[in-house]
Amino acid sequence: MATLARLQARSSTVGNQYYFRNSVVDPFRKKENDAAVKIQSWFRGCQVRSYIRHLNRIVTIIQKWWRSFLGRKQYQLTVQVAYYTMMMNLYNAMAVRIQRRWRGYRVRKYLFNYYYLKEYLKVVSETNDAIRTSFVRQKERKLVIPNCLLAHCFNHYPTISTDLWSARKALEEFAEMKEREEKKANLEREEKKRDYQARKMHYLLSTKQIPGIYNSPFRKEPDPWELQLQKAKPLTHRRPKVKQKDSTSLTDWLACTSTRSFPRSEILPPINRKQCQGPFRDITEVLEQRYRPLEPTLRVAEPIDELKLAREELRREEWLQNVNDNMFLPFSSYHKNEKYIPSMHLSSKYGPVSYKEQFRSENPKKWICDKDFQTVLPSFELFSKYGKLYSKAGQIV
Amino acid sequence: MSQRQVLQVFEQYQKARTQFVQMVAELATRPQNIETLQNAGVMSLLRTLLLDVVPTIQQTAALALGRLANYNDDLAEAVVKCDILPQLVYSLAEQNRFYKKAAAFVLRAVGKHSPQLAQAIVDCGALDTLVICLEDFDPGVKEAAAWALRYIARHNAELSQAVVDAGAVPLLVLCIQEPEIALKRIAASALSDIAKHSPELAQTVVDAGAVAHLAQMILNPDAKLKHQILSALSQVSKHSVDLAEMVVEAEIFPVVLTCLKDKDEYVKKNASTLIREIAKHTPELSQLVVNAGGVAAVIDCIGSCKGNTRLPGIMMLGYVAAHSENLAMAVIISKGVPQLSVCLSEEPEDHIKAAAAWALGQIGRHTPEHARAVAVTNTLPVLLSLYMSTESSEDLQVKSKKAIKNILQKCTYLPALEPFLYDAPPNILKHVVGQFSKVLYPLCQNVDFEIRCEASIIPLDIQIHFCRGWTAINHLITEQSYILILKFTAE
Repeated sequence: MATLARLQARSSTVGNQYYFRNSVVDPFRKKENDAAVKIQSWFRGCQVRSYIRHLNRIVTIIQKWWRSFLGRKQYQLTVQVAYYTMMMNLYNAMAVRIQRRWRGYRVRKYLFNYYYLKEYLKVVSETNDAIRTSFVRQKERKLVIPNCLLAHCFNHYPTISTDLWSARKALEEFAEMKEREEKKANLEREEKKRDYQARKMHYLLSTKQIPGIYNSPFRKEPDPWELQLQKAKPLTHRRPKVKQKDSTSLTDWLACTSTRSFPRSEILPPINRKQCQGPFRDITEVLEQRYRPLEPTLRVAEPIDELKLAREELRREEWLQNVNDNMFLPFSSYHKNEKYIPSMHLSSKYGPVSYKEQFRSENPKKWICDKDFQTVLPSFELFSKYGKLYSKAGQIV
Repeated sequence: MSQRQVLQVFEQYQKARTQFVQMVAELATRPQNIETLQNAGVMSLLRTLLLDVVPTIQQTAALALGRLANYNDDLAEAVVKCDILPQLVYSLAEQNRFYKKAAAFVLRAVGKHSPQLAQAIVDCGALDTLVICLEDFDPGVKEAAAWALRYIARHNAELSQAVVDAGAVPLLVLCIQEPEIALKRIAASALSDIAKHSPELAQTVVDAGAVAHLAQMILNPDAKLKHQILSALSQVSKHSVDLAEMVVEAEIFPVVLTCLKDKDEYVKKNASTLIREIAKHTPELSQLVVNAGGVAAVIDCIGSCKGNTRLPGIMMLGYVAAHSENLAMAVIISKGVPQLSVCLSEEPEDHIKAAAAWALGQIGRHTPEHARAVAVTNTLPVLLSLYMSTESSEDLQVKSKKAIKNILQKCTYLPALEPFLYDAPPNILKHVVGQFSKVLYPLCQNVDFEIRCEASIIPLDIQIHFCRGWTAINHLITEQSYILILKFTAE
């Protein structure tokens, strides 16, 4: 009851206090409202922010997982690509190795053999040397060909040296042929020399009475020179070489005037020579006597085979008159077209022995001169002396 | 008048004719008399004497006509105009061998001057009678007929064809086999003149079996005969590969190489011509020549000759080297390059120098080894001087330029290239600098230098080469070249 009393004592003021308290609070109400609003807004803001933060965290986790998923997918692709590239590089490298080996092999085997080329060039130079020396050494009659190299080459590379080999062979043959020819020529020259010697020494041949130098009686058999001398023909004296003067025939012997002058020598007579003494003959007389024309006898005036020459000339003149060179056959022989059958005597090759062969033995190898003796009829000397004798005996007055 | 006096008149006339024709024949041997004879009207007189009754007068008149026609072509034309040829041809068939020789001599003398005169001879039907003369027994007649045919066939292909159509070739081949050397010579030269015009004619000669006989006679010691035979074989082989192969099959190698050592200049020249004609067709034929040792023989032959006799040998080396690099290497090891450079510097004639320059270019253009072999002998400065000199003919300049270019493009031998930096014109200099850059650039890639390229009077391609080369050039070349290049860039 005490409280009630108190409350009732205070009841009057309650209303005032109530109103006062409410009105006192009024200015603070706005402030407090504002403050409350601020607090609430701040708190709501914090709420929201934490909510957002929360959401962010969740989203981050989701994104993180998603992105890692994507990254791993990408990584797989990258790894695949890298792997692929690595394998391709490896394959390429291996392929290059194979190709390198193959190309080297192919070029070396099928296209170009370096050692073959070297060998070939070496053999070519050897051939060149052989050709160059073979011409030089032909005179010394030796042909040096390095065969060892050629044999080695032949073993390893049979194809290249076949041409060179055949070339060498041909060259060797040629050189041999030249050698043989030279030897033959030398032999022939020596033969000729020996023959000429034998001919010159023919007089040393032994006779029946006197044995020659090469046929000494103390020897068992004669020297081979003896047989050579027997075979040889004796050498005639070499005719002195007559200078070919202009052939003047007998008729125009006086035609050239230089023969009518005194013979001139190249050396002039000395100045101090004493004049020849004595009466001299008339110069024209002397010249007349000196250069009297030749009055050849009949025997000399005609050539020795005048008969033959005259016959030839006659025949020539007759030939000039011929229209046709062929022999003119008489018409009567036209129907004589039977072939002539010779008699037994004429058709055998054993004819009659000629007079010469019967009675003369001939040995043409011993002849000095090629022609046989000529029959020459001597001329009458009496006729050539006609009118030239000093005496008048026997002349018809 | 008695019969004898009448006959004496005739005798005197005959004597006078004989004497006249003999004197004319003798005078015709000396050139100074021929003008006078022509002015005196000797042609018509001789023409009437050709129809004379007496054979000796006919023969001597023919001989005199032949000598006159031999002298110059006006007289030969006069012979043709006076209608002497048909009479000669007609009596060629019938008369004795002295007349045949003289008549063939006249035909030869007329036919040698020009194609028109030779055509005139062919038109009057002389070819058949000449071919009949080729079958005669007397070798002198055969020789005269073969000589006449040779001079006719020499001018051009139609006349040669006419001679072949008359059937001369088999008879000429028979003539070659005769023992007389003069006849062999003439027959060989006739075949050579027939075969030289065209491949068909050469094929005809080969079909008649001439090559085997000609090849056998190469070993004959007579120099003129060898000269004709080699000329015939080279004319045959020059036309095509098949003909050349046929000539080679007749086994002329290595006998032909002995002819290269002969003392006579013409034999050497013709032998090297023959080898050149064979080697130029295909690489296989060149290889055959090389295998037989032909290159060495030809090089020795070049060394022993002077002047135009060297030319076929030089060309042969060029052809052989042009086919392939192995053959060019074979030429190099046979010591061909020093000989060619001697020819290049020694010879006074431009065409021989041009041939030598061409041959060197063919040798050096294959690989750096070949170019080095050529450059070592110091021929490049000679070639350059020939190219630059104003006295050289155009042909020589063109050939030496090509040779320099071909060699330089492969040359990596620096001491030979250095002199070029001094006095080469720009179009050659760019090649030289390019070569330098190729050689030096990979060697000195790690050297760090500034590139200095001045503004361009220098054309662009040199600049490009220069940029690459400049980085590397500096401490590898001599100081002088360094100065020169600095000067070059400063321009």
